Formats: sequence, structure tokens, C-alpha cells
Amino acid sequence: MTVPVASAAELARQHAMGTTPPGKTVEQAFARAAEVDAGPSGLNAMLWHDRDAALGAAAEVVELARQGNRPGPLAGVPVVVKDNIATLTMPTTCGSRILEGYVSPFEATVVTRLRTAGAIIIGKTNMDEFAMGSSTENSAYGPARNPLDPTRVPGGSSGGSAACVAAGIVRVALGSETGGSVRQPAAFCGIVGVKPTYGRVSRYGLVAFASSLDQVGVFGRTVEDAAIGLGVIAGRDRYDSTSADVAVDDYVATASESLHGVVIGRPREYFPDSLDARIRERCDAALEKLRELGATVRHVSLPHTDLAIPTYYIIAPAEASSNLARFDGVRYGVRAKATALREMYADTRSHGFGREVTRRILLGTYVLSAGYYDAYYRKAQEVRALIASDFQNVFDRGVDVLFTPTAPTPAFPIGAKADPYEMYLSDIFTATANLAGIPALSLPIGRVDGLPVGGQVMGRHFAEAALFRVAFAIERALGEAAHR
Amino acid sequence: MSVTENEVRHVAVLARLGLDADQIPTIAAELNGILAHMEILSRVDTSAVGAVTGIGAAGTPLRVDGGNQIPLVRPREAFAPAMRDGFLLVPRLATHEDQDAESP
Repeated sequence: MTVPVASAAELARQHAMGTTPPGKTVEQAFARAAEVDAGPSGLNAMLWHDRDAALGAAAEVVELARQGNRPGPLAGVPVVVKDNIATLTMPTTCGSRILEGYVSPFEATVVTRLRTAGAIIIGKTNMDEFAMGSSTENSAYGPARNPLDPTRVPGGSSGGSAACVAAGIVRVALGSETGGSVRQPAAFCGIVGVKPTYGRVSRYGLVAFASSLDQVGVFGRTVEDAAIGLGVIAGRDRYDSTSADVAVDDYVATASESLHGVVIGRPREYFPDSLDARIRERCDAALEKLRELGATVRHVSLPHTDLAIPTYYIIAPAEASSNLARFDGVRYGVRAKATALREMYADTRSHGFGREVTRRILLGTYVLSAGYYDAYYRKAQEVRALIASDFQNVFDRGVDVLFTPTAPTPAFPIGAKADPYEMYLSDIFTATANLAGIPALSLPIGRVDGLPVGGQVMGRHFAEAALFRVAFAIERALGEAAHR
Repeated sequence: MSVTENEVRHVAVLARLGLDADQIPTIAAELNGILAHMEILSRVDTSAVGAVTGIGAAGTPLRVDGGNQIPLVRPREAFAPAMRDGFLLVPRLATHEDQDAESP
């Protein structure tokens, strides 16, 4: 089994020059999906695909080039997107029974931007139902598997997208982040994943889970693949009023910049005594490389980090309980047979939602209910402000980026985490960035027991370029050691 | 604070979720297990901070109240069960399996 080596940039260049037909690349992607068994009998990473539409899109790329149009940065490059991102020719089910058969009448802005850049959307990927999970085990379509060890999870909730990149089917994929759902699967699968600043990328067409936390994120096999993908989808969108009118940097251009003058913070709360010593060692080895490249490493403190999981698991379910109220059998997906309206709502939702989604809707409804709102929801929003101010304080003191482990463990076996809160702790190092709205990126920095370990780079609002600058440097400095 | 089984039933009604009676004790125990971890927040002094109301410098912007901006690729008729005089016709609830009886 050989993983295709051409990068997204190289594929786009070959397609633009006409040395490789995009249709051939698309066929290779489908052949690779068959080779690794990306469907339900294997990795269960891809839920839907549309070969005819993909080949049609590849022919359009050729035709546009023939007409003299400038090829986009992803010309003819196959891409997969998470199943909670609206597409026109394939279902958008969010990995849920309640949206079975639902095909969106509109397209997500990120998908439109990918297609405008020449990308070919070849499939939709498996995910934890409504993005609620950290392992892609909570899917109505069954768990996805990690291509590096199919007995283990690929991480979640965007595990299907991560698995498709790690398995060599595509170089670029879209996921979504609410508490770490791109970075953690990227770490578990040994690839790159970036969560942009809140407002950096349009959420139009991303099915809402927790609207103050959600962002579309990008997976890449390499830092460059992810940088190109984010550059394509970033920027203001008139259909999402929370998308920001802030100029989009050339993230790929940061690859050539030195690290002299860059101050990197090592927050002590992300390296607790309980952290696996081998993960700590991989992180410190990466930091040492950054020091050798001219960066200054400074020990810093983010004192409210241990409050992130309780805070996140109040705010996110609260918002989810509101957002998911729309799925009641009237406007979307399946409808239970019933003779009374309230009975129809309850039956549709009870049979349509899986166990984790039901649990979070109940939890969210409880913390918003009379008598508990102030104690839980309001308190969590106040603590969220403290967590955000932790980051602001270190950035105000001259720290450019922070470097931490992405997850406290490597990929765990399927079925290993039965206790809900134990699963929630998988997000312990990632949820903080979502709560603060800052950008963060995970990239491979080595292996433990043969399983990938991710290092996380976090930065100021809209400072994605600084993240990529450091990530390119780590990737270059570690070389093959990042995958050993 | 601990969640009682009655509160689970009440919250399920608010959330429009039908729960079987034998699920209630399990769900109450799960919610209590999760909420026990949230108690740490009650010990945090937040008197000097306000609750977050928006992320980032822009706060929470509002969109222009200018009517429908959603660009549909197919007309509503293409995915509506039926249309009459520009209105969507949906099946009557009690008879929604019966196509002949769906007219209002």
C-alpha cells in the first residue's frame, strides 16, 4: 500500500500545466479509497461519494483551463468534507439518523470557495453525530477507524476527514471545530489540522452545534496542504455576519520566514505531572528545535486552564439544546408517525438522536432552565471570560504563540472510554482555544508506541500566519522524526 | 445540586424528548456524574468579570434585517411536498400517510 506523494500544490500545478488530467487524479483518489476500504466495511471514514459529479467537476477544470482561465490554487485537487457541511449533490446528515436522506437546497460558503479554487469534492465524511464526540464512535453510521491502527479511534468529531487524509485518499479535507474536533483527530492520525480564529471562516452552511464556538477547520497531510486549504476558505462572507472583514494572509509564504525574534510560550498547565512523560518529551524536543532555529522559549501560566472542560461542557450543550430544537420532524429529515403534534416531536427526536446527543440536549436544557441558569450557564460564561483573559495576558506580555501537546494521550482503542466525562477530558488541551476564539493548529511531532503525537500551536486572534510560520519550521526541523 | 428523576422528566418535556421510564434513573445518574465535575466553577471568584457575550473584538454583530438572503440552487417547489398559491402545503399530522387527505 503506497501513499500518494504529490502535495496539493504539486497536484494543482500538474493539472494547470496539463501534465496530469484532473480526472486521473480523481480516479486515483477513488482507487485509493477502495484500496484502504474507506467504506462501512473498513475504515468507515467516507459516508457518501459522488464519482460522476467529481469526474464532471474535473472535466470543468480542464475546460476552464482550455478557455484560458487562471487555475485556482486547488485546481483539480480531490477534497472531502465533513458531513455537517452543506453540499448540493450529496446528503448532509451530520452522522445522525434524524437527518437521514436530507440533501441541502443550498451550499456552504466554504464548499463554494473550494470549488471556485478548483477543488473537486469527492465525498462526505463520517463524524460524531452533530459533532458531539471525541472519537467518531457516536455516529449513526457506526464508528470510523484510525488508518494507522484500525482497532483505534481516529479521534473526533471530524474523524472521517482525518482518516481520509491519513489514509492517502486526499491531501486536504474540511472538518469542523467546537472544542478540538479538528486538532485532536489530526493528532491521532498523524496529520495537520487547523482551527481558525472565530470569524476567520464563514459558518454559512455549517450545521450549527454551538454557535459561539463553531468554526470550519482544515486538515492537510502537511503544513503546506493545510495552509493552502485555509487560504482558500478564509475571509468575510456576507451570509455569515460573524465572519470578520479582516485581510487574509498568504499562509504559504510564511514557510520561508526565520524564527528569529519569535517568542514561544510553554504554558505549565498543559504539562501537568499526570501527562505521559513520552508526550512531554516529544513536545520539549520540538521546542528545542524551535530554540535552535532562533525562537525564544518562555515559561508562562494560563491559570484557569483546568476550568475549561467544565466551562465548555456547560456552554456547548446549552447552545446545542437551542440549535438542535429545529430538528423536530417538521422541516428536516425523518418524521415519526404520530397523531398528536407533541407526540410527533418527541418520537421524532427520541428515535432520531443518538445517546450522546440526547444526553447533551438534556444537560444543556437543564443548565438553561429556571433555577439553574445563574449557577451553571451564567457562571460558565464568566469563567469563559477568565480563560480568554489568560491568553490575552500572555500575548500582551510579548508571547507570539504558545506550544503545547494537542491531546493528553495518543489514539485510544475503540470502546475504551465508556464514561462520558472521561471522553470529554480528551478535549482538555483544545477546548480553551474555542472558548477564547483564538486560532490553533496541531501537527505531528513524533510517535509513542507507534501512535502519532500532536503538538499544538496557538496564537492571537487572526494570527494564523504566525501559527503556520512556526508549524512550517517544526515540520522542516523534525523531518521524518515527526512520524517516528 | 443534584438532578432528580422528576427534573429529568421536566427537562425532557422542555427539550421535547420522549424518554422511556427505565431510562430516567440512568440519565439522572449520568447527568449527576457530569454536573459533579462542574461544581468547581462555583468556587471561582468571577466578581470582577462580566459574562462573555461575544467572541473577539467585534462582539456579536447583527445581520441586516433585509429579508431572505439565502441563495437556493433549486426553487422551493423542487423540495416542498406540494405548493399552492405560493404557499407550502404540508401533510396534516393525523393523516400524513394519506396523500388524498392532505389538503387543508
